[in-house]
Amino acid sequence: MCLAVPGKIVEIKESDGLQMAKVDFGGIFREACLDYVPEAKVGDYCVIHVGFAISLLSESEAMETLDLLKQISNIDEELGPEVGQDAILPPQW
Amino acid sequence: MKYVTEYRDATLVKGVIEEIHRSVTRSWTIMEICGGQTHAIVRHGINQLLPPEIELVHGPGCPVCVTPLELIDKALAIASHPDVIFCSYGDMLRVPGSGRDLFSVKAQGGDVRVVYSPLDAVKLAKANPDKQVVFFAIGFETTAPPNVMSVVQAKNLGLTNYSILVSHVRVPPAVSAVLSGPSNRVQAFLLAGHVCAVMGYHEYPPLIEQFRAPMVVTGFEPLDIVQGILETVRLLEAGKAEVFNAYQRAVTFDGNKPAQKMINTVFEGCDRKWRGIGVIPMSGWQLRAEFDAFDAEKRFQVETITADESPLCIAGQILQGLKKPHECSAFGSKCTPEHPLGATMVSSEGACAAYFRYGRVTT
Repeated sequence: MCLAVPGKIVEIKESDGLQMAKVDFGGIFREACLDYVPEAKVGDYCVIHVGFAISLLSESEAMETLDLLKQISNIDEELGPEVGQDAILPPQW
Repeated sequence: MKYVTEYRDATLVKGVIEEIHRSVTRSWTIMEICGGQTHAIVRHGINQLLPPEIELVHGPGCPVCVTPLELIDKALAIASHPDVIFCSYGDMLRVPGSGRDLFSVKAQGGDVRVVYSPLDAVKLAKANPDKQVVFFAIGFETTAPPNVMSVVQAKNLGLTNYSILVSHVRVPPAVSAVLSGPSNRVQAFLLAGHVCAVMGYHEYPPLIEQFRAPMVVTGFEPLDIVQGILETVRLLEAGKAEVFNAYQRAVTFDGNKPAQKMINTVFEGCDRKWRGIGVIPMSGWQLRAEFDAFDAEKRFQVETITADESPLCIAGQILQGLKKPHECSAFGSKCTPEHPLGATMVSSEGACAAYFRYGRVTT
């Protein structure tokens, strides 16, 4: 219950006066309320917590952070640009 | 960009850990507040990859763990009512109260249900007008927006059979309590990314100013955590007492304004008792008077229930970062996830459960 998980909005509809979305967590679908991120659209990624979107994820900020960490790791010099294949654990969702 | 696999890249994680090794010159004690981060750290073995100079201590950020015993007893009393459907996040069901837990209430015929979202409890109330539906509204700032929305939704739907048992706590007063403790060793904090997604991180600069402890907003994937640790070490080594946002993809300085507005509409600040720690002034939320009708404590008249904790369990010291789980004489023997003495062993986010499950004990 304490974890917040990123998911992709695939459908939005109204239910009992609330904006509800169908959210894709890597193939597992759940409902989430969008009332706290009214700007969210289909295709956006949100942080979902106990059935509510609490934050819209920023792809530009995400890319910037990853680029920074790649620089710290000197990974491009050592391995070339191909990253993301050698995960610590397979994704759970 | 999937926002998950990118942050589990082992090569990148190793690279950042190497940078931590290069950056550290002295011993530092860092507390991660959030139980979710504790689990990620222990599960991925991050604590064992860090230089010996860095000690991670596990903070009081597991809502299941800090929910006081008497609130559990109140939940048990309410859930035992024959006309009640008692709804809870799953983690709470095995948390021992003074005598038993919610599972045993269910075993004895109580209608106790696990819900994924508090809106599911509202749906149950709508579908069962002849029953009283009570939701166990526990948590930090992350579950507050969902929990208050359930009250507003019940009100909007005209439901008179829905109420919540509130046990809400907040992170900044806990940070302040840890740093004010006479035995405090914590020099810096990893702040929980999802708490900051809701609240922003504008509440922390005054605490940083007061206690001279840097704080870094940190996410939950392995790469997020090692980045949070790296930024913390950099601030500590540079002698900078500042806040840094290492979870920029999800967190802004001001946080989620619509969520904060809704919280303030329904909740007001109050003193809260933390399990194993005691009362921290103005450390939680309660329903405002205008939402009294949705207050399960008032509806079921359980406000007077009090309880004392097991003297064997050292969860309070663990939650304050003073001791590690394996330093408890009951750890793994008298206290296991199957037969827990305290909430830190029960909750899937609890530090004791993490040490027990993943068997990673660093002495």
